[in-house]
Amino acid sequence: MNIIVCIKRVPDSESRIVVGSDGRSIDTQGIKFVLNPYDEYAVEEALRLKEAAGAGTVTVMTLGGEESKETLRTALAMGADQAVLLKGEPSGDGLGTAEKLAAAIKEREHDLVLFGKQAIDDDNLQVPAMVAELLGLPCATVVVELKVEGNNVTAEREVEGGYEIVEFELPGVIAAQKDLNEPRYPSLKGIMAAKKKPLEEVDVADAEARLEVIELVKPPERAAGEVVGEGPDAVPELVRKLREEAKVL
Amino acid sequence: MSVLAFAEQRGGVLRQVALETVAAGRALADGLGVELVAVLLGPPTLANEADRLGRYGADRVMLATAEPLADYAPEAYTDLLARAVQECGPKALILPASAQGKDLAPRVAARLKAGLASDVTELAVEDGRVIAVRPVYAGKLLAKVGFKTDPALLTVRARAYTAAENPRPGEVEEMTPEVDPEGLRTRVRLVAGEKKARPDVAEAEIIVAGGRGMQGPENWTLLEELADALGPGATLGASRAVVDAGWRPHAEQVGQTGKVVAPPLYFAIGISGAIQHVAGMRTARCIVAVNKDAEAPILKVADYGIVGDLFEVIPRLTQEIRKFRSEG
Repeated sequence: MNIIVCIKRVPDSESRIVVGSDGRSIDTQGIKFVLNPYDEYAVEEALRLKEAAGAGTVTVMTLGGEESKETLRTALAMGADQAVLLKGEPSGDGLGTAEKLAAAIKEREHDLVLFGKQAIDDDNLQVPAMVAELLGLPCATVVVELKVEGNNVTAEREVEGGYEIVEFELPGVIAAQKDLNEPRYPSLKGIMAAKKKPLEEVDVADAEARLEVIELVKPPERAAGEVVGEGPDAVPELVRKLREEAKVL
Repeated sequence: MSVLAFAEQRGGVLRQVALETVAAGRALADGLGVELVAVLLGPPTLANEADRLGRYGADRVMLATAEPLADYAPEAYTDLLARAVQECGPKALILPASAQGKDLAPRVAARLKAGLASDVTELAVEDGRVIAVRPVYAGKLLAKVGFKTDPALLTVRARAYTAAENPRPGEVEEMTPEVDPEGLRTRVRLVAGEKKARPDVAEAEIIVAGGRGMQGPENWTLLEELADALGPGATLGASRAVVDAGWRPHAEQVGQTGKVVAPPLYFAIGISGAIQHVAGMRTARCIVAVNKDAEAPILKVADYGIVGDLFEVIPRLTQEIRKFRSEG
């Protein structure tokens, strides 16, 4: 089975994010960048599917700059076979990025295209379903369980208060949610091997943005609250404040 | 000119987010001085629900019903929304930022080659342009965005707009859906509905969230009792630490790799307040924290805090809330 996993380099979730001097992008100084956490589940799932099939290739792909090679190497160290770097700037909205990825995926063999459900920087949750639409493929997003038997895909996706069973035939697109699996850590051997695995570079133009960021701001600080008291004796006063001051009960 | 609002249904009944989407659409349509058209897709029994959309602010309703539209059908829904856009030529199309809306909106955007702003919390009109504010980095920053393409596509976060009666003609026009079930490549079946006792964490009115201070999954009965006392709008939430430890399901996780929430009332119980957690709940209207550590960062974002042993404080809190609830 030939699987393409689309990944992204993002600031670590523990990072403090500060607006840059242009007021429209972030200050990247001092930020630790990592493989997008949801993409780890996608890479892991691809490796498991390939192992189960006993044949095929796992290709990891990203749209980004030179620094994204490090992210691709992380996925190679986990066990992916080869990497493709589409050299260009992703768009802040999903569509421009989806167009670049879809064009590159189209040129390569793909039974399954995997994504993390969203990147934790722009939080768009757009690109997987957009790529599916652009390629005319079926798709399931926010997937917590995946079964592939022959060409038949059964995916469980998380919805409010339950889940949906999505069924389609390959080729198709899946976007991984956190519960899908337990991603492996790259082994030392894997890290060494990753350095020798093929990493193809393709120059693409910057993605077209359909949205314009007018301004990026820090949300207003919450006014400092009050400690109502200590221990259970403070409870009646808390309940009174919730009813009379905050009026939320 | 118009604004389109996608009214999400489940099992032939409008979801609360459908009315919120109509409320967001009404505000935007008024700002632009255009009419609001609600689009409703679903099973044949749905016709009874169409009138409610007028009562909540839709000038017109485009209704397409067919058996294959009962559950979410990505391809057919995409076709019908794209068709509604072609027929109405709207300035904007609004969907809820629900599981369904977040799956459907990108498909429609890709079909129309239009820009999509996800998970919007605020809409405005400036010089006749649609402007959206959306949290990024799980709410660590807010992005104010404008659109370079028409129509503006948006998904609006649950609870960002309040459903309110605002009667309009709500005249219903039937679209004739031509859905060939054989032509649908994706088959979707809803397994659990909203019969579950508690609402989803992304849509709940009150969230009772527990962290590592709970000491173990067996202690969650304390939080369940508190949620029960608070009523049917209350649900359970969890910090990343306890989800990673396997104490609670990921569906309950609040924060950067979980859900970003904005309920009127949020209880953080035994949660220290890591940056990725706070980013996910800081827009709650009122935050209450119970923590044994007076220096815990959560107490700096909480409106009200109690410093103490949660195993003593929570039962008392449940008791006090039951008391005044029974007093009515």
